[in-house]
Amino acid sequence: MAKNQELQDLVYQVRRDILRMVHKVNSGHPGGSLGCTEFLVALYNEVMDLKEGFDMDGIGEDLFFLSNGHISPVFYSVLARRGYFPIEELNTFRLINSRLQGHPTTHEGLPGVRIASGSLGQGMSVAIGAALAKKLNGDNHLVFSLHGDGELQEGQNWEAIMYASGNKVDNLIATVDRNGQQIDGPTEKVLPLGDVAEKFKVFGWDVMEIANGNDLDQVVAGLKEAKSRTGKGKPVCIVMTTEMGNGVDFMMHTHAWHGKAPSDEQLATALAQNPETLGDY
Amino acid sequence: MTKYTDQGKQDTRSGYGAGMTELGRTNPNVVALCADLVGSLKIETFIEESPERFFQVGIAEANMMGIAAGLTIGGKIPFASSFANFATGRVYDQIRQSIAYSDKNVKICASHAGLTLGEDGATHQILEDIGLMKMLPGMTVINPCDFNQTKAATIAIAEHHGPVYLRFGRPKVANFTPVDQKFEIGKALMLNEGTDVTIIATGHLVWEALIAAERLENQGISAEVINIHTIKPLDEEAILDSVKKTGCVVTAEEHNYLGGLGESVSGVLAMHHPAPQELVATKDTFGESGTPEQLMEKYGLNNKAIEEAVLRVLKRK
Repeated sequence: MAKNQELQDLVYQVRRDILRMVHKVNSGHPGGSLGCTEFLVALYNEVMDLKEGFDMDGIGEDLFFLSNGHISPVFYSVLARRGYFPIEELNTFRLINSRLQGHPTTHEGLPGVRIASGSLGQGMSVAIGAALAKKLNGDNHLVFSLHGDGELQEGQNWEAIMYASGNKVDNLIATVDRNGQQIDGPTEKVLPLGDVAEKFKVFGWDVMEIANGNDLDQVVAGLKEAKSRTGKGKPVCIVMTTEMGNGVDFMMHTHAWHGKAPSDEQLATALAQNPETLGDY
Repeated sequence: MTKYTDQGKQDTRSGYGAGMTELGRTNPNVVALCADLVGSLKIETFIEESPERFFQVGIAEANMMGIAAGLTIGGKIPFASSFANFATGRVYDQIRQSIAYSDKNVKICASHAGLTLGEDGATHQILEDIGLMKMLPGMTVINPCDFNQTKAATIAIAEHHGPVYLRFGRPKVANFTPVDQKFEIGKALMLNEGTDVTIIATGHLVWEALIAAERLENQGISAEVINIHTIKPLDEEAILDSVKKTGCVVTAEEHNYLGGLGESVSGVLAMHHPAPQELVATKDTFGESGTPEQLMEKYGLNNKAIEEAVLRVLKRK
């Protein structure tokens, strides 16, 4: 079990990875990545039961599916730092011939990735399928998934949400990153989502909230609480409030950094706010 | 001419159902999904015998494709089934990203393809599905011709690792291929050797091609008939060997001429052995309500249309 300080150090380092990856190729999605850094660091280093190495079937371990694939920088950094592939490979993000495509894919054989995502709204269905396979295999491990809040505007999610409760897929923990932002502005202006937690509840899910998804302690406690609620006949949903661009002052409180890279100066400013803890790649 | 006997008309979708029944008994990794069309897909026996391996997703095809993709993670072999329109065009991006691009071992099994579902009309009669599916990298596309072949294909694709689109239909049609046939993906079947023209047919049009060939023989025209059940990967060698011999070709399919078998054959010929070709296919149009026979007559997809196409192509040699 990782100590809190170790996790916090990892958070700083992952933020640096995200910023440097996106800066290098002048493209990618830093805002949502920074907002979900604590979540993914906690999930992979404190919450999930993982085997050594990687195989596609993932029998005998917990699984994670990233539905909002555009936050690939945080996913790649966390996977690399968890040992799925060499940390130096982060240098190839979005470059030609890289396994680290703009959006995650299985197609290039990157360990840690089990489904392509990027076209939004598909990840929950896949997570449900993987959860059903676990039940068929008598595998008691869990399936986690992460979804953007704006992504819930895709109708397929609601097919999946209806299915999971109707069929008691209770080995699934789906987390919604409620940062309230999407490309064209605040979610409540683009297409109001309203009370996301209430919506999941009336669809029959066991719903809990993480009030501050950028507070490492809250995230760890929330995920552990969610685990304790599995196996009770209902899929579990965590509505997790986060701040897009968290950890970099000028990237917060705006949707401007959804898909924009920092300039050289902005990178220097951002890195100065996040100390190098474990060594840059 | 080689004689083929109709062993009694049956629908190809029942061939799928029979194949699923056998897979349910022989392959514990096979699972089935359906979007509120169990009766139409004829998978009742599979469900009855293996209820824990069946997933009813309701009228939610996008979710079905995603769940199917997820089920492969853990070693399952999902057979996701619906009508051809709802199993392809409606969920193209789900198939593209979650199945094809993600290299998932999902079998997309589609009934009611083409015009021959009949009275329901154009909303349900997809004539573009072969094109949609064959364009996806890594996707295998199969369109068997009768009950026996559909059953054999269903069983065969479970042994093939990778995404497959298996297309079949609603009406009862002649069942003339051997009951114990071994289905080899990507391997064309020579049904009748001939010297004047090659007829390459797929799906329901294969039987029609045999009828046409018999009538042509009575006119002194020797037609070679090839059953292309696998449209991708295409058996280029079989096509080229035949057309090099006959010098012209007619393709026949229950699909739009854009994106179908005929277009694939044209591509092969253009690259390796240019030769006159006529396409028996729909002409960039939607279907409409009617009986299957009326529709195949009106849209030029029966043995008469094939015969006429042969007479046209012979003049172009």
